[in-house]
Amino acid sequence: MEATIEVKDLVVERGKRRVLHGMNCTITRGTVTGLLGPSGSGKTTLMRAIVGVQIVKSGTVMVLGQPAGSEPLRHQVGYLTQAPSIYADLTVRENARYFASLYEGVTNKDADQAVNDVGLGDAANQLVNTLSGGQIARANLACALVSRPQVLILDEPTVGQDPVLRDDLWKRFREMAANGTTLVVSSHVMDEAGRCDRLLLIRDGELIADDTPAAIRASAGTDDLEEAFLRLILARTMAEVA
Amino acid sequence: MSMRRLISTTGRILRQIRHDHRTIGMLVAVPVLLLTLIYFMFDGQERIFDGVGLIMLGIFPFVIMFLITSIAMLRERTSGTLERLLTTPMGKLDLLFGYGIAFGLAAAVQAAIASGVAYWLFDLDTFGPRWLVIVIACANAVLGVALGLFCSAFARTEFQAVQFMPVVVVPQFLLCGLFVARGEMAGWLQAISDAMPMTYAVEALEEVGLHEQATATLWRDLGIVAGCIVVALTLAAATLRRRSP
Repeated sequence: MEATIEVKDLVVERGKRRVLHGMNCTITRGTVTGLLGPSGSGKTTLMRAIVGVQIVKSGTVMVLGQPAGSEPLRHQVGYLTQAPSIYADLTVRENARYFASLYEGVTNKDADQAVNDVGLGDAANQLVNTLSGGQIARANLACALVSRPQVLILDEPTVGQDPVLRDDLWKRFREMAANGTTLVVSSHVMDEAGRCDRLLLIRDGELIADDTPAAIRASAGTDDLEEAFLRLILARTMAEVA
Repeated sequence: MSMRRLISTTGRILRQIRHDHRTIGMLVAVPVLLLTLIYFMFDGQERIFDGVGLIMLGIFPFVIMFLITSIAMLRERTSGTLERLLTTPMGKLDLLFGYGIAFGLAAAVQAAIASGVAYWLFDLDTFGPRWLVIVIACANAVLGVALGLFCSAFARTEFQAVQFMPVVVVPQFLLCGLFVARGEMAGWLQAISDAMPMTYAVEALEEVGLHEQATATLWRDLGIVAGCIVVALTLAAATLRRRSP
């Protein structure tokens, strides 16, 4: 198994607060890794460190054998932020085509395809500021998918989407992974966790679990992932107290 | 720098303006309305309008483009699009030059219309060629863009951004020689005036007003404005960080 992302002893401080306390993890090529944890646990910070936009205190993050954020990686890593970061005063198509134009070899046709892929074909000519929240999130996603990056970091990509659409998007993520793309997806929704190859559970800036969904279920002795995580957290708290 | 990214960024910014009809309307109408006001203020005193009106043709684009750019760039920063762009192969200069070219083009249209109105409707009289007025107006607009790109880095909110207008623009406006001739100012005021780019833009316009041919002073002044644009863009590039805390 080829490591696409290697995080070693990563420490991040934001302001005076230590957000990540010496995190270690390895993410292999062509997999979907789920990043789970309560809000404020450090998921977004870890993703930002992998993309290379986060100033880190110590430790290293390597992506495709290069330091995170280095120039060659900007062609190969796609990043979807949780808050939509597209132009509200452009249409969906104009946004997708603009982001496409920033990458060599990505065409307008690819941009239109990405818009169709997220189910916005009918709204392609609408200005983003006239869309619903769920549609804006999808337009945002289309702009991240458009360059077909080798590594995709998606912060809460399916929030606010209806179940049918969420299912569609997850099928697409699985398809991309099957074609060799490495995906890191953060989520609050536990039924999505079951569709990942591997899960990282983060709490208070520390990795509590790093395993396949099946192994996590087995070690916690329950089929319900939500329950499994509760048990893992409880076991850890008990160990700390003892 | 990449031609493809520069062109597509310029196009993207122009498309954003195109979708905003009221902004287009104001870009065209506001300088014309203000010129009209000035024309009637000096009704029957053509010689004064020839001086003041001419200088205004250079000042409007600077003020308007400074304001528009600082808000546009602040929006890039607060909406997260700037951070996103900096995770792509986009170069910092692709983005900054894109703004310079896009708003420079908008300013060229604006300056052409405003000068057209000034010359044909209000009989503005200059010894020098009219195209030079438009060139100086555009240089001034691009200077406004470059300073706006730089200043937006120091604003967190729109409230703060608009207040850079009085800080950056008004002193230049007061000291450029329009209200008090530069030679009659106290020495220290003149020194400040010497350090401000708008002084040279205004001087260049006065040269067009007084001489039939482009003078050496005019070219020197335009060169200084161009130099200030390069300095402001370099400083603006330094405020674009790919990593943040």
